[in-house]
Amino acid sequence: MTNDDRLTGDRVADNDVADRGVADRGVAKGAADRGVAGGLAARPGLRSNGPLLRVLPAGLYAGRGRMLVERAFLVNRRSWLNLVSGILEPLFFLLSLGIGFGSMVGQVAGPDGQPMDYAMFLAPALLASSAMNGAINDATYNVFFKLKYAKLYDAVLATSLGPLDVAVGEITWAVIRGGLYSSGFLLVMLGMDLIASPWALLVVPAALFVAFAFAAAGMACTTFMRSWQDFDLIQLAILPMFLFCSTFYPLSVYPRPLQWIVEWLPLYRAVELMRGLTTGHVGVGMLGHLAYFVVIAGVGVWVTTRRLDKLLLR
Amino acid sequence: MTSHPTEDRAERGHPRPTGRPVGALRAAFLVVEGKWTWYRRNWRATFFSSVGQPLLFLLALGLGIGSQVKPGAVPGGVSYLEYLAPALLVVSAVQNATGESTFPVLSSFKWQRVYWGINASPITPHQIVGGQLLWTAARLLLSGAVYLVVAAFFGGVRSPLVLISLLFATLAGMAFAAPLTAYVATVDDEGQTLGNIFRFVLMPMTLFAGTFFPLDRLPDFVQPIAWITPLWHGTELARGTVLGGLQFWPALGHLAYLLALLAGGAALAARNFRRRLAN
Repeated sequence: MTNDDRLTGDRVADNDVADRGVADRGVAKGAADRGVAGGLAARPGLRSNGPLLRVLPAGLYAGRGRMLVERAFLVNRRSWLNLVSGILEPLFFLLSLGIGFGSMVGQVAGPDGQPMDYAMFLAPALLASSAMNGAINDATYNVFFKLKYAKLYDAVLATSLGPLDVAVGEITWAVIRGGLYSSGFLLVMLGMDLIASPWALLVVPAALFVAFAFAAAGMACTTFMRSWQDFDLIQLAILPMFLFCSTFYPLSVYPRPLQWIVEWLPLYRAVELMRGLTTGHVGVGMLGHLAYFVVIAGVGVWVTTRRLDKLLLR
Repeated sequence: MTSHPTEDRAERGHPRPTGRPVGALRAAFLVVEGKWTWYRRNWRATFFSSVGQPLLFLLALGLGIGSQVKPGAVPGGVSYLEYLAPALLVVSAVQNATGESTFPVLSSFKWQRVYWGINASPITPHQIVGGQLLWTAARLLLSGAVYLVVAAFFGGVRSPLVLISLLFATLAGMAFAAPLTAYVATVDDEGQTLGNIFRFVLMPMTLFAGTFFPLDRLPDFVQPIAWITPLWHGTELARGTVLGGLQFWPALGHLAYLLALLAGGAALAARNFRRRLAN
């Protein structure tokens, strides 16, 4: 859920503020170098790993995305509470709706149409939603702050790293965070006896997949954002998905044409994936869901790279 | 009081001074006017979170999950949509109140420094607090009214009594906004504390204070936590007004608690604003 962070400084609120100091030191250098580097910088496919190429301005990819992940670790070292507490949100939802609300609902139709316990129905959907939310938050607000205000990527691109490194590094960090949350949540589900199948072991890798796709798509969108106000568009996409993608009730509630639309939304596929795994209804169709996320992730990374290249290196 | 020094000087050919002393209420309204000037141009940015969000919840949970609720599970025999609608009115008021009292207040102290600008005029810190709270109340009333109009289209509004619920919702929002404003006036970090308020106070309050299901569905030891939240008192009042069944003494108790929170919060906010702006 969001607040009205309407004023310019507001989104600064998250954990990225800690790195302002770090980032600011890089600004002047990045801006100065850009003028010189502009013409040579964006050579697609250039991999600068030889000593000569190191000296030259960055290509698209230097194979060093991990440096940004390391940086994220360093930055978040001091605000780990903020990071870890992200798992509480789906947990609160599970306790409140799964238990309190569940007693009003009783049983709902599960993946195969058989009635199942409401908490068991809800939990995997919340897991999928939290993978989505975590990845989106990390890849949108935080990235936008670094891109626009901290000018972090100007500094990064002044080193041997290229736009693809930035995309890969940031998305990897979002995925790590997503993995952290989904593992924690899965343990809670295990403790509350909400897991019906050993297939649930695959939930964490599946959540990483989902987080990757959402992070890539979110970051690609972020490169088109002009101001904090534009992020309302992202909320406009995320919240309805959270509420309507069979998270809280089965798809059969909708009339057929609406079902068809919902089936094509990414969160619905993520929910289906998780719900199938925790209840043991696993089928070949799941590969279709995975392929869907692979396509989103691929397009997301590609667009992000091209946009960063255009925004920062030309 | 307001006229003579200025007019005398004007008559004597002096230029009109820029700072003109006005009454306390008028001063607070000037603060509201400043907020309104901003809002008139930027209301779109807040529209989704203040009106769209509760409506989406009403549709998804009221209609979607409402179709799954066991018959007889909702007290009073109404539909789940009708049960949820007045409570979501209060939730959205409290959420808007939180939005309006956290980052905008911190930003006015820290990043945009609007309060410092106002404080340089004859408007006092107490009047700034008054203006801030008046503005928040106006926002809550406005957003709540828009929500009700749209909710009525989906069959979520049962009777005109809902207008009284709107007042209760605004009161509940203000009972949270005033102490929160007082607290935010003491915050000086980059807003991590505020993020935690959303995560550790607002979110659990929304989920555990009897909005989506009656409180007795939760374990006994959780229920006292709901009793201290303004949200629960507001929900009891708003829901009781629309669905009937509001008793006199409990209603008086809810009202007294909310008013006490509002008054105590406002007094504390006035003190904290003064402390922060005076030196």
